[in-house]
Amino acid sequence: MPSMEFLLATGIGWVVAVGLYLLLRGRSFTVVLGLSLLGYAVNVFIFAMGRVWSGAPPILGVGEQLADPLPQALVLTAIVIGFATTGFVIELALRSRHENGSDQVDARRDAGDLPS
Amino acid sequence: MSGLVAHLPVLAVLLPSLTAVLLLLIGDHGGDLHGGHGHRRVLWARRLSLGSAALGLLLAAWLVRETAAGHLLVYRLGDWPAPFGIVLVVDRLGALMLLLTALVALPALWYACGGWDVHGRYFHAIFQFQLMGLAGAFVTGDLFNLFVFFEVLLIASYVLVVHGLGRERLRAGVHYVVMNLFGSALFLVGLALLYAVTGTLNMADLALRVPRVAAGEAAPLQAAALLLLVVFGFKAALLPMSMWLPGTYAAATAPVAALFAIMTKVGVYAIVRVHGVIFGADAGASAWVVMPVLLPLALATCIVGALGALAAHSLQRLVAWLTVASVGTVLAALALSDAAAWGAALYYMSHSTLVVAGLFLLSELVAAQRGDAADRLVPASPVAQPALLGLMLLLAAASVTGLPPLSGFIGKLMILQAASAHAQQAAVWSTVLAAGFLTLVGLARAGSVLFWNVDTSQPRRGASGASPRLIGAAVWLLGAGVLMSLGAAPIQRYTDAAAMQLKDRAGYARAVLGPQGEATDSARPYQGRAAPGAPR
Repeated sequence: MPSMEFLLATGIGWVVAVGLYLLLRGRSFTVVLGLSLLGYAVNVFIFAMGRVWSGAPPILGVGEQLADPLPQALVLTAIVIGFATTGFVIELALRSRHENGSDQVDARRDAGDLPS
Repeated sequence: MSGLVAHLPVLAVLLPSLTAVLLLLIGDHGGDLHGGHGHRRVLWARRLSLGSAALGLLLAAWLVRETAAGHLLVYRLGDWPAPFGIVLVVDRLGALMLLLTALVALPALWYACGGWDVHGRYFHAIFQFQLMGLAGAFVTGDLFNLFVFFEVLLIASYVLVVHGLGRERLRAGVHYVVMNLFGSALFLVGLALLYAVTGTLNMADLALRVPRVAAGEAAPLQAAALLLLVVFGFKAALLPMSMWLPGTYAAATAPVAALFAIMTKVGVYAIVRVHGVIFGADAGASAWVVMPVLLPLALATCIVGALGALAAHSLQRLVAWLTVASVGTVLAALALSDAAAWGAALYYMSHSTLVVAGLFLLSELVAAQRGDAADRLVPASPVAQPALLGLMLLLAAASVTGLPPLSGFIGKLMILQAASAHAQQAAVWSTVLAAGFLTLVGLARAGSVLFWNVDTSQPRRGASGASPRLIGAAVWLLGAGVLMSLGAAPIQRYTDAAAMQLKDRAGYARAVLGPQGEATDSARPYQGRAAPGAPR
């Protein structure tokens, strides 16, 4: 039976790999998806860097063992910033698609590309 | 310290952020520029924005005066004790960077008020948010807050890059945003690793704890340092990560590009703070972990920047490549890692920021008078003010390539002197001098095409010439470079003192964490149980 740490580590690695693959695609839609996946992986990574606890609330005086509350606070900040920037990059990609008539990140118009 | 002085560090961040909020309240022109509400709104927004930037300059000058004597201004938000709460710290370097930001921001804003600010929406508010992010990054004493302020200044810069819209800007803007978001993800990974190993992200606390990590456990720490070098190197345009810069800066409007001259210096500043101080000389197993990588990369950046300047086909792109070359020179001097070289690097960095920002403004002034050719380096109709603009370009070019007696020469001389005692002297000397020569050739080519190789059969365009307001902004920046050579001795004393202060990690930790050094009643890195003496 694999340990929790092993599952978490391989899970993060897999999501990063998928995120990187999507990030390197040519369409801005897949690039945004890749960025989001990468953001999720990073958030779980920060969470895991406070060590993996089970059944330990991050509250003083509740149990004998406590989880580290700081990475959880850091993750919250990272999530909020990631959410805002994803919203912005989607809007920017839409605008670029509108002006350039192409969804390619380098604004190139290929044969068989979107109708403009 | 009493009264207002104690609150100066936080005021440097609050002033632009409150101004930005007020500017949002004033609202946008909404396309109504001639008479009417929109026009009045634009006028008030300009007054408020300029007034705030001028006040920011005074504030920064005050901070420089306060820190010049050598003590650190430490501001604990909410008066929480240092490693746990948020701290702002202003030392000589932080105050210098704030002053530099204000010195670039005011003329860039003044130039933008000449008309660029109404080519898009909410220019002034976004500009002030950008200043807030810059000020925050320079005063924060905590790496996670550095990340947050990086995000503030980046989000503002995403909007400023595409200010004015148009195809080229949007294309460059998408690249810029996507790459920066990837950089932010790496930044977070680096921070998480640092926290996992040391249990803190406070810079002063890190400076104490990183040296204690034993050699066997230092691998994640060194990985974090190298990841952070990638992130900061990306911002600073260090070589493998510098290819985004010329396209982005060439596509941005002139005042935005001028302000962005300081953006690369944020990366340089972060490298000094993290790799120079936290992973510096006394960092135990992780001492100077990135310096063997940094020096060759910086020298290569220098050469590639100069070659790019030589090959550029438009003036603004040429100036963007000069930014890359100057960052290479600064980072090479930093990688020499002794105090004299750092002092020289800080002097050179201040000079190059001001002159490059001036050159960005100047390139648009020239472009505006060349009709359809704009700033492309092809023969075109003569400019309306060849003597004035030509002399300004000559002054800027001489300064940026390092010809005596201007500040670029003094800065390069200081760097070369500092390198003379170093093992890599030959590499540094030959690279810096060769890059200087190459940029000289590139600028000479640009200047002769722009001003001499003209097609006199075509009429002069824009016969009235540029308005004194626009010229004034460029003169301010170039003049500041000249003043830097007149006042070289006191400025060098200040930058040398700033470098010495950076070397004193114990003094920094004492100032931030208090005389007792560090909190002893806490368990870090956290292992699941509170420390025995901790209150429950």
